[in-house]
Amino acid sequence: MYSAPHTKDENGHRFKNHHPALAMTLSILFAGLGQLYNRRWMKGLLFILLEVSFIYEFGYDIQLGFWGIATLGEIPGLDDSIQLLVFGIFMIILLVFAIGLYIFNIVDARKQAILLKENGKLPGLKEALRAFYDKGFPYFITLPGLILLIFVVVFPLIFSLTLAFTNYNLYHSPPRHLVDWVGFSNFKQLFSEDVWSNSFFDVLSWTIVWTIVATTMQIVLGLFLAVIVNDKRIKLKKTIRTILILPWAVPAFVSILIFKAMFNDGFGAINNDIIIPLFGGKGLPWLLDPFYTKLALIMIQTWLGFPFLFALFSGVLQSASQEWYEAADVDGGSKWQKFRYITLPHVLYATAPLLITQYAGNFNNFNIIYLFNNGKPAVEGQYAGGTDILISWVYKLTFDNNQYGMAATVTIIMGLFISIIAFFQFRHTRAFKEEGQI
Amino acid sequence: MQPKWKSRIEVTCIYLIIIIMAVIIFYPLLWTVMMSFNQGSSLYSSTLIPKHFSFEHYKWLFTSPESDYLLWYKNSMIVSIANTVLSVIFTIFTAYAFSRYQFFGRKYGLYLFLLLQMFPVIFSMVAIYIFLIQIGLANTLLGLIIVYVGGQIPFNAWLVKGYMDASIPKELDEAARIDGAGHLRVFWSVILPLCKPILSVVALFNFMAPLFDFLLPTIVISDPKKYTLAVGLYNFVNNQFSNNFTQFAAGAILIAVPVAILYLALQRFLISGLAAGGTKG
Repeated sequence: MYSAPHTKDENGHRFKNHHPALAMTLSILFAGLGQLYNRRWMKGLLFILLEVSFIYEFGYDIQLGFWGIATLGEIPGLDDSIQLLVFGIFMIILLVFAIGLYIFNIVDARKQAILLKENGKLPGLKEALRAFYDKGFPYFITLPGLILLIFVVVFPLIFSLTLAFTNYNLYHSPPRHLVDWVGFSNFKQLFSEDVWSNSFFDVLSWTIVWTIVATTMQIVLGLFLAVIVNDKRIKLKKTIRTILILPWAVPAFVSILIFKAMFNDGFGAINNDIIIPLFGGKGLPWLLDPFYTKLALIMIQTWLGFPFLFALFSGVLQSASQEWYEAADVDGGSKWQKFRYITLPHVLYATAPLLITQYAGNFNNFNIIYLFNNGKPAVEGQYAGGTDILISWVYKLTFDNNQYGMAATVTIIMGLFISIIAFFQFRHTRAFKEEGQI
Repeated sequence: MQPKWKSRIEVTCIYLIIIIMAVIIFYPLLWTVMMSFNQGSSLYSSTLIPKHFSFEHYKWLFTSPESDYLLWYKNSMIVSIANTVLSVIFTIFTAYAFSRYQFFGRKYGLYLFLLLQMFPVIFSMVAIYIFLIQIGLANTLLGLIIVYVGGQIPFNAWLVKGYMDASIPKELDEAARIDGAGHLRVFWSVILPLCKPILSVVALFNFMAPLFDFLLPTIVISDPKKYTLAVGLYNFVNNQFSNNFTQFAAGAILIAVPVAILYLALQRFLISGLAAGGTKG
């Protein structure tokens, strides 16, 4: 049976010979053409208008952005490298969005063409708007958050990362001087120049020790207390729990400064009221000797961090089934065996993602390092203080030494570590298996 | 040994451990309270039990023309309340989309959120500062609020999404849809009321976070009149440590006590909220 293009056959089917491929090609040539071919006049015009105004409005800016990123400016004093970099990154983000929209336009042209071919009739305006609203709804409600996220989180992160490949520091800072791309030379310097590599590896090893020891102490103490308080024979459970949670309720920043005063070598209560009366001597150099500062930091972090875990574990323990323990009693299991084979696996399984977050939190625990002793005591021949962890070192490199490029380099290395932690987090997260429905 | 005796010794040991822990917990807190009642500002002459019990530091905070304490309190409240309201709005909409809709970019968005929440704001502090200067919001409370609201989205959207997935059955919104409810109607009448517990957790976190964050305000704010409480109090002890500690103690207690009471009252609720969003998610 033959029917001329766009004429009705006996079923009233007008668009038998409509070509989805043609619609797609047209939309690739210029956004909106495919939609016009699909007889979606409003939508087509809208896309055409968007593309024309985008090219008109941003065409030059995007070129400028790319030029800025490629060269970081050519005339010292006139071109501000950093502003050019910021502008360039924003232009790239804008371009990514535009490309996304363009791809959407192509896919849409194809989809609508196929629908048209199959159904043979155009949806009414009301129907089209309805579909647009339904399909677009998740985008509309996430868009404001997304825009904010891009400006406040994504853009700054990209910007910081790009700095790692520049020589941006006190001597190369705009507007008087230009900043240049230097490839991986910051990384080379960090690993090969003695002053840098000594500082870096000292800081890195302490960061790792700090993360593992402090976090594990928090978890072990929290779990231990949760288990013993959960014992059936213990009375006044509620009061005890409230007391043990207290350090969590006091703002950490206040507690740390209190400890800073208490550990003070001269007038601190730890030396004057505890160490000297009990052991004699002159007290311990808590803020002057790196070893004692580290010891103090770990103790303080344990004090600060265990209550949250205690509360968390207590909650999980109360939900543990009594039957498991009764079964273990029948089999004659000891206390330790019950803990090792019932309590521990149950608790760890239920809280794994939050425990991983605790490790990540201490890895990035800038507050305690900075507030307690500002990474001091200083170490001779190094850029970093004796108790600096990576993040506090980055802060110092940025605001004290203006070594922006190097700070960004260290940030990237930190990012690698965090990605490893994030990987474990992903594996424990089941949310990806549950898909949305509409 | 008889089982009864063994049991008694065990229980005694447990109580002993708890008492030791209680001492370790209370000692620094009590010490601070006592410091705030000590006369004079030097810690050298201060004692655990004040020789001269006095409220002079509290009075100083509120009445001295040199003290900006009330101003900082006000700034902190503005930032905290704005952050709470805006964060809840941004978070709930984002979480709703990610929990209930299937759309292009959903999965990558979730991965992105999970990754971003591990990168603290400090990673990109230079860029944030430059960005705020460019848009003219450096050294303003508004700039501070914007960064807080944007920065909290990954973590809280994830938390609330986890809660919605686990605690609000999808059958509920399907039923509402069959009855003819639109997207916003379902959101308003089904999702929002059932999300109240987790939203209160988000609200509380976002009220507290700026109250005790001093890093971002130190980067963004340079005018002492615009300091938040944390920065102001930190500067008390930062400049001449031993000289201002008693004033710091008084100022810190005035903000720590209400917060601690709030936390203790809501702790069960906070933990269960976190656990629901975090462990099952």
